[in-house]
Amino acid sequence: MNVRKSLLFALALVAVLALLAACAAPAAAPQEASSGEAEAGGGEAVTVKVLAMQQAGYTPDEMDEIASRFTADNPGIDVEVSYLSYDELYDKLVTSMSGSKPAYDVFLVDDIWYAQFASAGWLLDVTDRIPAEVHDSIFDAAWDITTVDGKIYGMPWMLDQEMFFYNTEMLEAAGYAAPPTTWEEMEEMGLKMKEMGLVEYPIIWSWAQAEASITDFVALLYGNGGEFFDENNQPAFNNERGVQTLAWMVDSIEKGVTNPSSIASVEEDVRSVFSQGNAAFAMNWSYMYELAQFNEEESQVTGKVGLALMPVFEQGKAEGIVSSTIDGSMGFSVAANSDHVDAAWGYLEFLTSEPIQMEFSAHLPPAWKTAYEGENLQKLLSENKSNEVLVPVFTEQFKYSHVRPKVTYYTEASTTLQLALQEALGGSKTPEEALNDAAAAIQEMAQ
Amino acid sequence: MQSSAHPQMKRKRSMSQQRRDTWVAWGLVLPSALVIGGVILYPIVRTLILSTYDYSLIRPGQEQFIGLGNYLEFLSDSMFWQTIKRTAYFTVISVGLELVLGIAVAMLIDAHPPGWRFLRFSLIIPWAVPTIVNGTMWRWIYNADYGALNGLLLQLGLIDSYIPWLIKPWRAMNLVIWADVWHTLPFAALIIQAALAGIPGEYHEAAAIDGANAWRRFWNITLPLLRPAILVVLVIRTVEAFRVFDIIFVITRGGPAFGTVTISYLTYLETFRNMSIGSGAALSFIVSAFILAIAIVYIRVLYTDDLAES
Repeated sequence: MNVRKSLLFALALVAVLALLAACAAPAAAPQEASSGEAEAGGGEAVTVKVLAMQQAGYTPDEMDEIASRFTADNPGIDVEVSYLSYDELYDKLVTSMSGSKPAYDVFLVDDIWYAQFASAGWLLDVTDRIPAEVHDSIFDAAWDITTVDGKIYGMPWMLDQEMFFYNTEMLEAAGYAAPPTTWEEMEEMGLKMKEMGLVEYPIIWSWAQAEASITDFVALLYGNGGEFFDENNQPAFNNERGVQTLAWMVDSIEKGVTNPSSIASVEEDVRSVFSQGNAAFAMNWSYMYELAQFNEEESQVTGKVGLALMPVFEQGKAEGIVSSTIDGSMGFSVAANSDHVDAAWGYLEFLTSEPIQMEFSAHLPPAWKTAYEGENLQKLLSENKSNEVLVPVFTEQFKYSHVRPKVTYYTEASTTLQLALQEALGGSKTPEEALNDAAAAIQEMAQ
Repeated sequence: MQSSAHPQMKRKRSMSQQRRDTWVAWGLVLPSALVIGGVILYPIVRTLILSTYDYSLIRPGQEQFIGLGNYLEFLSDSMFWQTIKRTAYFTVISVGLELVLGIAVAMLIDAHPPGWRFLRFSLIIPWAVPTIVNGTMWRWIYNADYGALNGLLLQLGLIDSYIPWLIKPWRAMNLVIWADVWHTLPFAALIIQAALAGIPGEYHEAAAIDGANAWRRFWNITLPLLRPAILVVLVIRTVEAFRVFDIIFVITRGGPAFGTVTISYLTYLETFRNMSIGSGAALSFIVSAFILAIAIVYIRVLYTDDLAES
């Protein structure tokens, strides 16, 4: 009898829970941004929770300094900043923002996540909060990062792009006066250095199964006159130019120009190989410059790091393409469901304001156009020895920087293309097959 | 004491007293039932319901009930079956190696060679290392440009230039398996060693007198008596290996070319990367179904009657 009773009880419990679960099933309707009114009435202390990144941009010390200054100016608003590495950021955001009460009020969003997060209803639409003069003083290319379908979902913060690095010592030893301007030249120089025994594998890339492989491929692709997605957001990477580009990548491994470990490398692996003096050339984000050129604890090639515009292919050059790279900028956004939307926005405005960006430019070039004019530019260049070289090349390179498409299924599309690149690089598919299969799969996602 | 001494007293206890006892009993059980229900049953049931929806975080407010649609889509997808095959390969090889090496190490310890206490103690170390740390360590060991494996093989003269270990799918999978075996071998070895210590020495003496050689004694005495311990290791390790995620996440992130994507990694990609909560939930139920099937097979095959009696 007892057995039957407990069985009944268990069944009843399951039934009740099932009902509960059914009621709570996907009812997570999007709560529209209740801009402003949710603010706690004056006097009450609020805490703005911020999720930032520890890898590039401001250091945690700098972030904390900015936060305490904001609190000093705005008594009653505390700012609490948490830090993650870039690789952890996406997962953390997805798990902490998908609930109805977000765990963070202000958070860092990568360029490629904006469409997805905006569509999910996690980002506050701040189009009307941005004064016209602020809008006009920041680079248009920077606004492209945080804008989805004409609405602005955050403040541009970190301008970044992939850049071309070379080892000046090896270049000189091989008898070259200037860095290559085309990939064919790079290959020729590399092979010569290899023959001379200066380096075993002249170039290292981040071609592991990760977003980093997409950025490398797309930067190369635009330099070959190709296109990642066309103007209608349809995949275009599998046309003739795309196939040629990927075939060149495969070929460069076979020729021994590309370090074969590129297939398992991400950005930090590229940095370590280059910093150990085991590569003559490398493509990486701008953060590598300061670390490789000046930081003796991190680098064995200090003082030997050259920066140049990203090369293009001969074919692209003949068509008038000077250089091409990929934009990897990030913005800060306010959570649409935050309890302290106004306080959060206040902090974000402060963090991305021109004076703060100017003052803390040692690890992050400002997103403000006005920072690169007149006196401001002099100040920026003299901020530290890294800026002196980095800022001029960076601003020149930024003219040739391409943005990845703003589509809601970008992450999934990227995984598919990553697989295709790996299949071609590993030799299990031809470049043409791999790219065509990926394009077909991505077209299906779009529907 | 008293009531058991006088059974007739029990019968005299009033019905209301009995009913009150029942309520007290339920009252005592309720808190734990609620906790278990809240943290185990509710999430399971909720996930089950989610798995029948086309539910993507990217398109809030557009959830659609599609019944078994998510399941059918996976079951008819060749990539899903490749992933299952890969997961099965990981499971069979890593659990098999752990078991064979585990028995070998346990026998070694049980033979009490000089320093066996130290050996047993040092066995704990890999097991005590968190999986994430273990994964990071092996990622460095396998690193193509400054990894210890390349350094070792080069110094031994077995290779003449560094090898980028993790760029071939099949090789990467085997290396991840090895990292996992290194980490979990102590678990198998310690459980089996504990069981070995419980086998009376007389069995072996008697068999030796009857003329059985070491191999026959191992095969006919040790192994059958180790069956309960082996069953424990097999069930626990198979379930864990089938769900493997963390070590892959750290060492290869599923690469190269999806060569190390297992079913749990696919679930992660589907749920958190693609934000398809519905199909992610369906995948987790498929994983559970596979694990349940494996457990049933084990219990049928290994948990035989004579074992139950002992």
